[in-house]
Amino acid sequence: MATATAEPRSLPATGADGHKHKKNALSDGQGRLAWILLAPTLIIIAVVAGIPVILSFWESFHQTNSGVDPTTGLVAGGSKFVGLQNFTDIFAGANPVTGSYGTMDRFWNAFLNTTFITIVCVLLETVIGVAMALIMAKAFRGRGLVRAGILVPWAIPTIVSALMWKLIFDSSGIMNRILGREILWLADSGASFWAIVIADTWKTAPFIGLLTLAGLQTIPAEVYEAAKVDGATTWQQFVRITLPMVKPALVVAVLFRTLDTLRMFDLPYGMIGAGKYRVETLSVFAYQEASQSRYGPAAAYAIVLFLYVLLVAFLFVRVLGAEVIGDADVQKKKKKKGERPPEEARVEAVMGEAIGGAH
Amino acid sequence: MSVTAAEVREEHLSQEEIEALAHPKRPLRQRLGVVASYVGMLLIVLYCIIPFYWMIVSAFRDPSEGRSTELIPNPASIENFKSVFSAQNNFGRSLINSVIVAGTTTILVLLFGIIGAYALARLRFRGKGAVLWLIMACSMFPLVVLLPPLLKMFSSTSPFTWFPYWINTYQSVILPGLSFGLPLAVWTLTAFFKQLPVELEQAAMVDGCTPGVAFRKVILPLAAPGVLTTAIIVFIGAWNEFLLALTFLQDKNMQTATVAISKFTGTTGFDTPYGSIMAAGVLVTVPLLLAVLIFQRRIVAGLTAGGVK
Repeated sequence: MATATAEPRSLPATGADGHKHKKNALSDGQGRLAWILLAPTLIIIAVVAGIPVILSFWESFHQTNSGVDPTTGLVAGGSKFVGLQNFTDIFAGANPVTGSYGTMDRFWNAFLNTTFITIVCVLLETVIGVAMALIMAKAFRGRGLVRAGILVPWAIPTIVSALMWKLIFDSSGIMNRILGREILWLADSGASFWAIVIADTWKTAPFIGLLTLAGLQTIPAEVYEAAKVDGATTWQQFVRITLPMVKPALVVAVLFRTLDTLRMFDLPYGMIGAGKYRVETLSVFAYQEASQSRYGPAAAYAIVLFLYVLLVAFLFVRVLGAEVIGDADVQKKKKKKGERPPEEARVEAVMGEAIGGAH
Repeated sequence: MSVTAAEVREEHLSQEEIEALAHPKRPLRQRLGVVASYVGMLLIVLYCIIPFYWMIVSAFRDPSEGRSTELIPNPASIENFKSVFSAQNNFGRSLINSVIVAGTTTILVLLFGIIGAYALARLRFRGKGAVLWLIMACSMFPLVVLLPPLLKMFSSTSPFTWFPYWINTYQSVILPGLSFGLPLAVWTLTAFFKQLPVELEQAAMVDGCTPGVAFRKVILPLAAPGVLTTAIIVFIGAWNEFLLALTFLQDKNMQTATVAISKFTGTTGFDTPYGSIMAAGVLVTVPLLLAVLIFQRRIVAGLTAGGVK
């Protein structure tokens, strides 16, 4: 009977859905049907994502010809193969700019901006988001209203929220009026960094809160009652029960926020503008290069960003144990025999929303 | 509740004591907790709403007020909303463009996503893990990676001279948009399909259905709330998309709403027309907010009901 669970984990493809202790007459031996059903999805992904990514790699080894060809005297067109030059140029420091971290190559400036914006934003969003979730979990009434409110920042298009914050942070805008100071938030200054952080945190912290709440609601009340009987303080309950039990949902939410913030484009572009070195992210930089027909370097920068994102995702999965693939067949973790635990299904639903929030 | 032993011995309790028993006093600590949670919820709502409130206020401000920081628009005016639809902004057309782009993306994504998700949720096959990881990875990569080759391709620049000129066409945004919409849809739908017990299909098959018919007649209707939820998430994602549209849709008549808003110019051309930008932002956001409220109800329905208890 226990076909799937008894098998070693190295053969993930033989599992089934939640009812793996049963022989599944419906699903057994339907690999071919599965591939037929998946074919459209996989073909589309290959065509609209796979091929362009490969072309992007190809592009990153080339540079667009410019100027006049010395031998023919004609304006040069097309592109030439330059090997790894687009990548080595990153280290050559050929394009120094002055940002928040001193004078350095524009790429590294963008890289540091991206990294620090991500770290600060995700930390703030997680703390505020978890706090929101804890409050909502305690609520007796009005949770629906709060949920509706929380979805307001999420539903507003990022570019619209960027312009909204641009107005708020205007030099004679409401933020300066409240603070009673004259901070030039939008003038490519150190304050621009915080303007971006505030705007991004506003938009996404509630979402982390919503996902964390879903995780919180899977914790049975008995656990807390038992802890109270044993004399645990509120803080101990939070650290020893709430955090570990909400961790699967939280880690996935934080992972997706991190990846999303690393790719940030709309907010700095819409709020501060392109070519502002204090807040220029890698996405904005790569976009600018591409829009100026410097396809080779643009592709190289985009690919470095891609690898960076992959590395961060890998670290999340390895170090924090993010269960990104919520499928029981593919789980590396040993699960108890029988039904999938409900919280796992919950994490998947949360995951779906997390990706949804990503864009 | 201070009911002493002497009072308990009495056969009848006094009126006040019955009152006290009917409404037991919570300990002070607990009552403080309730108050604190309401204050906390109020803070959350304010945190979420206040910047949006500022957008609405600025939208209804009379343009002559400039960038006034009055908390209530006085006098309130709809001048900004009128100027949004003035000829120079071409906003009506860009709304239509947005509907076409986001709508087509959503329909295509659902069409392919539903059958793919069914396979992932229900069927056993080799390489499922690889497929899941591939779809996952697809939602991770930065969209900007696609830009250099696609920009070259769609503008028929060498070596893609054979490729049709696709700049300023809907497909230039819809097709790359599938690369993030499809993984999202497959993922969400897989989770929804998995929540439905496989016994439903088995029962249908006992009654003589093929797996395909069982899926179409049993699972799909039950998963309808999930499909609708997915549709709304994908639609919102496509509606809010900015980078692709900014890159590939340069013609004013082809721009989507998000790009159009970012390119609004004032009547004078120098001053950023914040009033009409905010008005346009409100116009673009309100339909989404309405959809989200429905989506909120739907997701609850999808998770708890759907004919499956």
